[in-house]
Amino acid sequence: MNYHWNWRIFWEPAPSGTGTYLDMLLSGLVLTIETAICAWIIALVLGSVVGVLRTLPSKAASWVSFAYVEFFRNMPLLVQLFLWFFVLPEIVPHSWGLWLKQLHNAPFYTSAIGIGLFMSARVAEQLRAGIGSLPRGQKLAGTALGLTTAQTYRYVLLPMAFRIIMPPLTSEFLSTIKNTSVAITIGLVELTAEARSMQEFSFQVFEAFTAATLLYLLINIVVVTAMRLLERGLAVPGYISGK
Amino acid sequence: MKHLPMIGLALAAVFCAGQGNAEELTGTLKNIKETGAITLGYRESSIPFSYLDDNQKPIGFAMDICYKIVDAVKKELKLDKLEVKLNPVTSSTRIPLMANGTIDLECGSTTNNAERQKQIAFTNTHFLTASRFVSKKASKLNSIDDLKGKTVVSTSGSTNIKQLTEANAARNLAVNIIAAKDHGEAFLMVETDRAVAFVMDDILLSSFIAGSKEPDAYVISKEAFSKPEPYGIMLRKDDPAFKKVVDGATAALYQTGEGQKLYDKWFMEKIAPKGLNLNAPISPELKSEFAHPTDSPDPDFYKAM
Repeated sequence: MNYHWNWRIFWEPAPSGTGTYLDMLLSGLVLTIETAICAWIIALVLGSVVGVLRTLPSKAASWVSFAYVEFFRNMPLLVQLFLWFFVLPEIVPHSWGLWLKQLHNAPFYTSAIGIGLFMSARVAEQLRAGIGSLPRGQKLAGTALGLTTAQTYRYVLLPMAFRIIMPPLTSEFLSTIKNTSVAITIGLVELTAEARSMQEFSFQVFEAFTAATLLYLLINIVVVTAMRLLERGLAVPGYISGK
Repeated sequence: MKHLPMIGLALAAVFCAGQGNAEELTGTLKNIKETGAITLGYRESSIPFSYLDDNQKPIGFAMDICYKIVDAVKKELKLDKLEVKLNPVTSSTRIPLMANGTIDLECGSTTNNAERQKQIAFTNTHFLTASRFVSKKASKLNSIDDLKGKTVVSTSGSTNIKQLTEANAARNLAVNIIAAKDHGEAFLMVETDRAVAFVMDDILLSSFIAGSKEPDAYVISKEAFSKPEPYGIMLRKDDPAFKKVVDGATAALYQTGEGQKLYDKWFMEKIAPKGLNLNAPISPELKSEFAHPTDSPDPDFYKAM
């Protein structure tokens, strides 16, 4: 292969004038982490609500949540981000649209919310499966004790269900981090975007993407380790993952 | 004695072969000779340099130049037949595909600068373009200073976004800069009022305006962010034999006036597929570069000629 390797490129000043190429990648990394965390909080909160709705006896609740989940999980994330960013401001009243368009950091908010909503549908499904996997007797026992439905969920079902779905939730969190790279299409200059612009400036493609890969790997290892510790810390002795 | 011509031919063949051996083909030329094929990398939407027409066939100014280079290579290697393979490239794939030998020439609108020359080589410049901005006429932005405090988009990783960032800092404009993934998306941001202006090579801006729904609604700034920068056709670095053939072919093309004819075909006449006319007369700088072809990455070099 006729390629001029230059691993010292990271310490050379980037033409964007904000420091070295490494600084450029690191600023992208920070934005990736920020976006992923915001999106994950949205996904977890909304996903939990919708997941619970899906398991309620109420017909209306299960229909609404069913529609929500299918809407968000059946459309490619890329298309969703495009809809939020380019289409939404055109269909709302003109003055709102203008406000949306002139919002500072619009790509950041759009991608955090867009990815959050997309992932929330998946979290909702995980939670539904978690609640569904509990023995029916637990819910009945809650009712027999005189707990309201809300109390049954709060004190009996959800604490166990969340423990059960911890491992798949870890994967969802990792997906959220990786999905932030889709936000490059609406102008969010996160890690992948910085790697791309680094290769355009310097033409050192392989170095740029190797560094980006390692950085993604690094955040994901941190997340996996943290979730493992959390899982172990919360384990109920004698139950599923507990010892 | 009737075998004499045959012997003569055989001798000639031996002689030619000997000459070939004396020069010992290397690099890309050797590869082309062995495989009987040359691969051109093309861009899918770099109008009018290299783009797909309605039959999904790549055409354009840079493609025409590349076909002339192919002819020269064929002549140089004394081949009867040279197969031309076409391979689409994007700004992210052009370097890896060039490095691993998938493509031999990149025919598009790649800016030739000193930093990039550390990685690959360019042949003689085929176009010069300055960085300007497009905006809607309705927003009445005449100069770079008018962008103060506004939201401006450019393509991520382009030399243009770098110049915009520099101007922003130097003139204290407090512009909110957004980076779009590609030119199409950046223009879409101006179309949908996400940004008031799009900073890009002026020739690409003209093609976007010409292809937009309302070409009359847009205007390109008079003031430029940069001196005219050269575009070049990219080839592998450290392959002097191939570069010599390519440079020779392009120089001959530009100096004979055929280059000017090609230029007029793509920039002054209606072009496929939509019958757009870019109406961009050749600049004095490019005209003098055609007379004295060069692969210099330095914008000042073109001014001086």
